[in-house]
Order: sequence, then structure tokens, then C-alpha cells
Amino acid sequence: MPILNSALDPRGPAYLDNREAMLERLTELDSALRQARGGGGEKYVTRHHARGKLLPRERIELLVDRDSPFLEICPVAAWGTDYPIGASVVTGIGIVEGTPCVIVANDPTVRGGAVNPFSLKKTQRAGQIARENRLPMINLVESGGADLPQQAEIFIPGGAAFRDLTRLSAARIPTVAVVFGNATAGGAYVPGMSDYTIFVRDRAKVFLAGPPLVKMATGETVDDETLGGAAMHATRSGLADYVAEDERDALRLARSCVRNFGYNLAKTYGPEPKYEADDLLGIPSADLRVPFDPREILARVLDSSEFDEFKPAYGQALCTGWGAIHGHRIGVLANTRGVLFSAEAQKAAQFIQLANAAGTPLLFLQNTTGYMVGSEYEQGGIIKHGALMINAVANSKVPHLTVNIGASYGAGNYGMCGRAFEPRFLFTWPNAKSAVMGPQQLAGVLSIVARQAAEAKGHAYDEEQDRTMRFMVEHKVEQESAALFLSGRLYDDGVIDPRDTRTVLGMCLALVRAGENDANFGVFRL
Amino acid sequence: MIRRLLVANRGEIARRVFATCRAMGVETVAVYSDSDADAPHVAEADYAVHLPGNAPTATYLRGDLLIAAARKCGADAVHPGYGFLSENADFARAVIDAGLTWVGPSPKAIAMMGSKLEAKALLADVGVPMLPTAVEPEQVDTFPVLVKASAGGGGRGMRIVRDRESLAEAVAAARREAASAFGDGTVFCERYVERARHIEVQIMADSHGNVVTLGERECSIQRRHQKIVEETPSPAVDPSLRDRLCQAAIAAARAVSYVGAGTVEFLLAPSGEFFFLEMNTRLQVEHPVTECVIGVDLVRLQLVVAEGGPLPFNGPPPLRGHAIEVRLYAEDPAYAWMPSTGTLHRFDVPGVTHAFGPLPGPGLRLDSGVADGSVVGVHYDPMLAKLIAWAPTRAEAARMLSNALARARFHGVTTNRDLLVRVLRHSAFLSGGTDTGFLDRHPEVFAPLLSSVDAVRLSCLAAALSGAARRAKSATLPGLPSGWRNVPSALQTVVYEGPTGTIEVGYRLDRSNDLAAWAVRRIDPEDIGLPGAALDPAGSPDHPPAQILSATGDQVVLDVAGVRLQFAVHEVGPVSFVDSSEGSVTLTELPRYPLPVAEQPEGSLIAPLPGAVGRVLVVPGQRVAAGELLLTVEAMKLEHPVHAPTDGVISDLRVTAGSQVESGALLAVLTPA
Repeated sequence: MPILNSALDPRGPAYLDNREAMLERLTELDSALRQARGGGGEKYVTRHHARGKLLPRERIELLVDRDSPFLEICPVAAWGTDYPIGASVVTGIGIVEGTPCVIVANDPTVRGGAVNPFSLKKTQRAGQIARENRLPMINLVESGGADLPQQAEIFIPGGAAFRDLTRLSAARIPTVAVVFGNATAGGAYVPGMSDYTIFVRDRAKVFLAGPPLVKMATGETVDDETLGGAAMHATRSGLADYVAEDERDALRLARSCVRNFGYNLAKTYGPEPKYEADDLLGIPSADLRVPFDPREILARVLDSSEFDEFKPAYGQALCTGWGAIHGHRIGVLANTRGVLFSAEAQKAAQFIQLANAAGTPLLFLQNTTGYMVGSEYEQGGIIKHGALMINAVANSKVPHLTVNIGASYGAGNYGMCGRAFEPRFLFTWPNAKSAVMGPQQLAGVLSIVARQAAEAKGHAYDEEQDRTMRFMVEHKVEQESAALFLSGRLYDDGVIDPRDTRTVLGMCLALVRAGENDANFGVFRL
Repeated sequence: MIRRLLVANRGEIARRVFATCRAMGVETVAVYSDSDADAPHVAEADYAVHLPGNAPTATYLRGDLLIAAARKCGADAVHPGYGFLSENADFARAVIDAGLTWVGPSPKAIAMMGSKLEAKALLADVGVPMLPTAVEPEQVDTFPVLVKASAGGGGRGMRIVRDRESLAEAVAAARREAASAFGDGTVFCERYVERARHIEVQIMADSHGNVVTLGERECSIQRRHQKIVEETPSPAVDPSLRDRLCQAAIAAARAVSYVGAGTVEFLLAPSGEFFFLEMNTRLQVEHPVTECVIGVDLVRLQLVVAEGGPLPFNGPPPLRGHAIEVRLYAEDPAYAWMPSTGTLHRFDVPGVTHAFGPLPGPGLRLDSGVADGSVVGVHYDPMLAKLIAWAPTRAEAARMLSNALARARFHGVTTNRDLLVRVLRHSAFLSGGTDTGFLDRHPEVFAPLLSSVDAVRLSCLAAALSGAARRAKSATLPGLPSGWRNVPSALQTVVYEGPTGTIEVGYRLDRSNDLAAWAVRRIDPEDIGLPGAALDPAGSPDHPPAQILSATGDQVVLDVAGVRLQFAVHEVGPVSFVDSSEGSVTLTELPRYPLPVAEQPEGSLIAPLPGAVGRVLVVPGQRVAAGELLLTVEAMKLEHPVHAPTDGVISDLRVTAGSQVESGALLAVLTPA
């Protein structure tokens, strides 16, 4: 297979400027992640530890195989909102007893692990990953339930969490609930809907209503343990399958449940690329209006930097071709010059069909400003051709992975498999942006429309106000197109360091491929 | 001429004899007990005969079975090796009566030297100097004295007694031990010379009347009367003393018309006086040092003499250079020489050029009875091997030997290696200041060999990193960086039980598998898994800066503060053996998820080592006082007492005399009164 030749000059001013800009974005990302890791803050973390309890990430670290990779999903959920970064829950994909599992861990240091609208979205996204990729689901439960003041936004959609859990089970995807503390009211249905349940002795409290509410409702005076303790559920109600002596013991039991699933992930290897991943920091242009060659990125992501380009001389603004990551074959679609023309759309549609014929997963590297506009192109049928491409993407059956490495504007976002087109995984580089159009264009459009309206009414257009309006709009759109903002709203599965791209995609490809095999699991209890 | 020879022995001495047989064209027959079925000496023989059972009394001490084995294989000669039946006159006679050639002195000479008391009386008459001796304890008037078994050898049953009060108990114990080990409970008391050296003379005599001395050996460095370091020539022997020693040895040999290889042992007092100790009528464990400096194959000479041939020389050959031997034992010097059992997963001594025969030039010789994978059991002597260095000077031999030992890999059982290295490097040893009290006077040689605290830390780190590197072979996502996180939070942690206690190692690798952070700390095992106890990745490290130069499943190369260090990591189950130029560290990984375990009842008495229960002095329900002897565990020739830790009542007794017990087994429960 042809090997990509890099033309990168790592000493050139463009590279150095780009790198500096990227490092700045990475610093912002680090700061957001630090806040996410901090949970509910030092005071609550200390209090939690003093109670002999572990933090969600400490639980996960003990649950997963030593030295195995762990991919946290949506770590900065709720960034830029009134809710704490991370949304009081940690979700991700980890390897437990050799089996990749979706892990959902409440963070009880954040408002008692209460569920807010972003926690709900994040948990549901985790459930979707488990379902689409047929990954066992492990819930590490310690949550006070819904954040009551926000109940209006949670209560009705929240039922889906329980629906999804039992649908996983029905699809023969095993589910495990480990209860470390409170799982009250709706929360009680997490163990209730799971295949396997493990309760920590003297810690787990699982009931529909706690002692105060029971007192109010029926007048019965009862303590936590009698009402919903681990021992009661193990011996009386049957809700607990296992009682663990402590948190570590509970995680041991969870691992032994997973060991029995008999999951097998194909063992694949792929030679490292010929070029350094570190160079990826300086490749994307700091100024998104300057296009950059995605082949320079592929040369640092694909196995052996090998890439077999398809139709290289046709529709050159979109690069298509075949390669592999960590031994998994993939088809790649990557924007080279931002704009998509008719030829590019047709080439993409054809390529997607080829990938479907071969059953090869597709990787979309987004850096697009959208489909070409203007009379020449409209007359040439750009909408028709764009629709062709969007049609192909929407109805393609092979797994899609998307990485936004620069710009993702307009219908280009759709054609290049944006979030709404349900790629199995979508990640964003810290420099990337996404919006209906660029901030200047958007402000400019608004300005033109306002000017036309004023002129139609015969009013004089206030140029001063126009400048202010354009500045405000540009600034707002700029902010709302940024990677962290989009990730905060769960429009992706996380902002990743470009240097981790090969690792993240390798892990995701292994998962999506394994998920294609329905026969991975034996019979389990329903 | 001997055509086919049976070695009535096991381990390294059987291999040693076989090697010479091979060189001479003699066919070989081995015998083996149950547990020796896979031993190297069996694999190396042309024929081998199974002796059912394990106890020496059922196997290697059964003369009848050994002679039957020789007959069955058509052997025409028997070599007894050392130990077992090598100094048993009845066996020698039975071999001869069976029409086989006995490779050793006459049964009569064996019998005369076998009774130490008779030997002393005989040799005193021919002018060999003797220590004052008493047969009955009552006859002893000056202390200290040494209580010895008349039929014994190799230190078995020997005890130093410094006052009259403890004499009776010591004599009784020595009698018991002698009776069980040699079938003869006769003991005697001898003046004990402080700061004495152990000097012995190798003699070789043929049936044509030639008696030749082959220099002396010094074997003063002993533990519990067993030699561990032996050398020739002795730094304390000058030509004139050597001459007098040799004359005494020849007189002793001639007194019993000795034929074959033998050793006359003397005690050398600081005053320069020397006294006869005993004569060993066999090949000695330490014969290789003589082979080095004299340039002969003693086993070959034994066979030549047994065939009736003459010795190839009639005067003492010249000495060439200096040779030192160490005996590598599976035992823990720091824990009362407790024998160590288990699988020897790796046995590797670097730089060895020869084995089981004379060295052609200066270098290292290794005579070992074990190989990678050998199981060291409870039934026989825990000696694993002998390592011999031969060099132009004593200092060079000591340096060569200590360096090879320090670099050797002995994985799976505890050995006395560190002690041997420390002895060989000790200034008192190097200046020739050796006597039988050396180890008592220099307790510093019992310290482990590790060069620094950082050596342990770095070894732990290396073990953990090699584990992390092994992930590249795992079934799930092997190609991904070890321990990769997009949101790093805690370090990867491993908890080891190591030489300095329980140690937690934390590490994080970055996306290029470089060491992003690491920490090593001692922890209380109770604290494992406590919330928040996980190593703080940002915590200030109190260790040298380290970078990974390379890491694989079995080797980790670190740059530590600018110095490149290599760590070989050998993982066997939960145990990692880490060897580097900084020393050897054995680390046992504690389970990440300990299972809840039943606790031992309070007052449990635990077997201190694997062995057989000897005497049981109590019955269930018996009231005992603190310090009272309850029972004994016998292992490796020694009787280990189990005393009552407090006053109380024996509420449970799990063993009877003869029970085989593993280390840590519950023997009895004492309910404190």
C-alpha cells in the first residue's frame, strides 16, 4: 500500500504558530478536565473519603484491569452551563476482565450525586454506546436521585434511563449495578432493572421512599437498614444478588460477574505510523480559514502511514481512501479545502457505497465550511448532489467514526456525519469549531438582512449600531462554536488531545467491530 | 577395570562422579527417590533405579536396595559420594561381599575412624596431637566444651556448652540427634578452643603403600558447625606448619593402613598449636579447591586406586594459586538459617566456565545439583551448589567469586548468597582473619546485599513497569498505550510485599510510554484500598528522577539521575524477581482484591518451618507455663523447639509425632490462662 509522504516543516513559522495556538486550547481543556476531576470540591471530597468511601474515578480505577486503557466519554459535559463540569457522573469505556464495558459512576460529592439535565443526557449517551456497540453496562450507583428543583426537566425524559437499561438486557447485553450508597426512588430502579446487583454491606440504601417519606405516607417508623439495606435485600427482597464487605470487595464481585460473560475481543495489531504523533499539534491551522492537508494527519494516525487514496484526481477538495488503525481496516473521508462541490459530494456517495459493500467502517475527518454556494453551483445541482451525499451518510450501515479536526459548518456538518447522523463516536479537537456558519458570515448575513429591512422601510441604517450588533453576534457565535462549548452540550463524546487520536480511534474501532458479532454472549439471567 | 559404576548418592556429588566417569569411559548408574525423579543427576546417568519413598532411611540409606540396584543394572562398582552411607563400614563391607568394587577405604579403616573415641585413642599413640576429651559429662571440669557425636560428621549433633548447668540438656539432645541421624547415640565432650581455625589435610593413598598429602584446606567460616566457605591454601598456614600438619595426617592414615581419598581434620589454635579433630574416610564436599590448586581430578584418582592402580605421583605436588569455594544453601541466614523450600525458578551464575571437574586455568567452577525448575524439598540437605573460584591470588579469587555470586540469579528459594558475598568482601576475611567464630563476631554480614533504599524502590518500579509493558501481549486492545487515559486521574498502583515491608508503587505512563509520574512508598497492609490513600500523582516525589529507556516484560532499563541501570525482571505468578547491579529483590504482588479470610484463633502456634513433628510433649487440655517446651519440629537435621508463649491450656492439638507440616501450619492452640 502507498505510504503517505509528509511535507511538514516542523521548523516553519506556520507550524510553530499553529502549535502554540493548539497548546493554548489544550491548556483550556486541561483546566476544564481538572474541574471535572475535582468533583464537588475539596470539602465534599474530604468528607466523602472520611466516610470510608471512594470517589467515582477511584472506583473505576479499581474496577478496570490494571494498565488497561480507559476512555472517558463526555468528560466536560455541562461546560459553560450553570451545572458543574462533568454533570455529577463519570461515564466511559473501560476494560474489565478483558471485556470492554460501558461504565457509569455517579459522583456523590456533587450535590449527593443528584441527576441534573446534563447528567441525564450523559447517562443516556452512555446507554446508547452500550446498545450500539453491544458493550456490557456497569453502573456504580450512589445518587440521591433527581435534582428536585430541576425535576421539570428531568422527571419525564428521565424514565428513558430505566427503559434503556432493561432494553440492553433484552438485547442480551449484560448489565451490572453496584450500589455503594443511596439509590432512592427512581434510582432504586437502576439495580432493579439490572441483570446483576451487588450491594455494599451497611452502605447500600435502596428503597422507593426513605424513612421520612414512609413516616409521612403510612406512619411507619423504620430505619434505613430495615427499609433498604444490603442485608435485607440479599435475604428478604432478593434485589441484591451479592453482598460485598466493602467497596473494594464490591468491585471484585463486579469483575467476577463480567468474567462470566465470556466476551472476546479480536486481538489486532497495527504497526505504528512512520511519523510522530506530536507533530499533530502544529498541523491544524490556527486560523481556520487557512486549509490544511488532512493527509498530514492521516500520516500520523494510520498504521504504517499507509493510505490507498480513492479517486485522487476527482473532487480533490475531499480526500477519500483506505487505511487501517491498530489493525482495523477503515475508509476515510477528509476535507482538504473546506468547501464541498458537486464532484466531492458524488465521490463521497460512491465511496460510502463501496465501504458498505465491503463492510468497512468509515472515518470522517471534518474540516468543512459547507457546500459551495453561488448561482453557478446552484444551477449545477449542488443541493441535489449534497443530498446524495447526505443520503448516503444517513443510510450507510457500516459504523461511522467522526473527528472534527477544524471547521464543521453548514450542511457540510451533515454530509460529513455530524452528531445528528449518529456516528458511533464523535470526538472534537480542541481547535475545532462548529456552527451553522462562520461568526463573520453569520454577523454579516444578519447585517445585510437588517440593512435591507431598514431600507425597505425607508429608515436610515444605524452604522454604529450595526458595528455593535456585528461585534456582539460574532463574539457570541465564536464562543458557541468552540469545542468546549459544544462538548459541554454533549454534541460530541469528548474533546481529545490530537496526539491521542490514533489511540481513541483504535479503541473505538475495536469496540464497533466487536459489537457486530451478536454471538458474543452466552445465556444470562433476565 | 571398572566398567559400570553406581553412585549411591544424589545431587551435585552424583553429578560430580558421573562427570569423571564420562571422561574415563565408565558407564553410570544413578539411584533416585520419589522427589528426585526429575533431578539432573538422574537424567545424566546411563541407567537409573528408583528407590521408592523420600525419607533417607527409605531410600539413600538403604544399603540393601542400593546393592540390588547395582546388581539390576549390572554395575561392577559403587561410589558412595559424601554423606548418607559414605562412611558406613557395614555398607562398604556389603558392597565388597556382593562382589562389587567399593570406591573408598577398607571397611576396617572406616570403622576405626568412624568411632571418634577409638580413633582418638589410636592416633594419640602414633603422636597425633589431641584435645582433652571426656566421655561422661561428669568428667568435664573446664568449660567451654564441645559435645560431639562419636559417629557424627558435618556438625550434626554438635553443641558448645559454656557452663555445667546446660551440659545435661545438651548431652541429651545431642544423643537424640546422633541416634536419629547415625543410629548410634554415643557422644563425647571435648575442650572447646576459642577463635580456632578449621584446617584439614587432603590425603590420597594407594594400595601400593603410597600416602600423599595434597595440601591443606581452611574451612573456618562455618554456620552451626557446617562449613560454608572453604579455601586452599590457608592464609594461616606457612610451609613449616603445612609440613607438620601433613606429617600428622600421613601418620593418621598409615595408622589405619588407609587406601583412597581421605581428609584429616585439625583444629588450629591462635597459638599455632593444632589438634586432631577427626578423619573423614571419603571425598569431601570441598574437594574442588584442592583439585584447582593441585591440578588433579580426585574422583579419577579414587577410581584408579579402587582399581588397584598406583598414584601418579609419590610426593606432594606443588600448589598453584589460590582457590575458594562457597556452599550455596537454600536457607535464610537472617532467620536462624531456616531452610527454604520451593521451586527454584531460575538458577543462573554468570561467568562459569567449568563444572564437575578441575579447571584448566583460573576461572569459575560450578558444581550444582539443581537446574531451572528444580524443586527444593524438605527431605535432603539444602545445599544447592558449590561455586569455586581459582585465581593467582587469594584476593583475586575472593573478588571473582563474590562478583559472580552477586550477579547470579537464584529465584524461588531464599539462599545464603548475600551472606557469602558479604563474607568474601569483608575486610577481616580479606586480611585472613578467619576462625570458626567469624559469623558470630561479624553480624554485619547478615545484612541483605542491596546497596541502598533507592535500589529497592527502583526495583519495585522496574517490576511494575515490566508488568505494564506486558500489557502489549494482552488479549484486549494490546496495541494501545499501557494505562492510557484521556482524563488522567490516579496513578496505576501495584502493592508488593518486599524486603522492606509492604510497598505501594504508583506510576503513570504518558502516550509515548514514557514515565510521566511515579512514586514508591511503604504502607501498612491494613491501609491498602483506603479511600484517598491512593498515591497522589502530584505529590512531591522523594525519589531520584527516573526515565524509561526501554521496558519489556522481562527487562526494564532506566535512566536514574543520569546513570543507566538495567533491571532483569522474572515474573512467576505473583512473584517478581528483580536483579540488577544494585542487587536482587524478590517482590510478591499482593492481590488487588483480597478475599475475606478466616482468622487464625488467638493463641495459635504455627510451624516455624516445613518439616516433621519430632517430639510432642503435651496433650490436649494440659496446663502449661510460659516458655515450656510443647513440641519440636525437625527439619534439615535440626530440632526446632516450639515453646508456650504464655501460661495457658492446650485447647487444641493438631499434630502427632511424625506429622509432616508446612511452614505456617497450625500445630496447636494455646488458650491463655
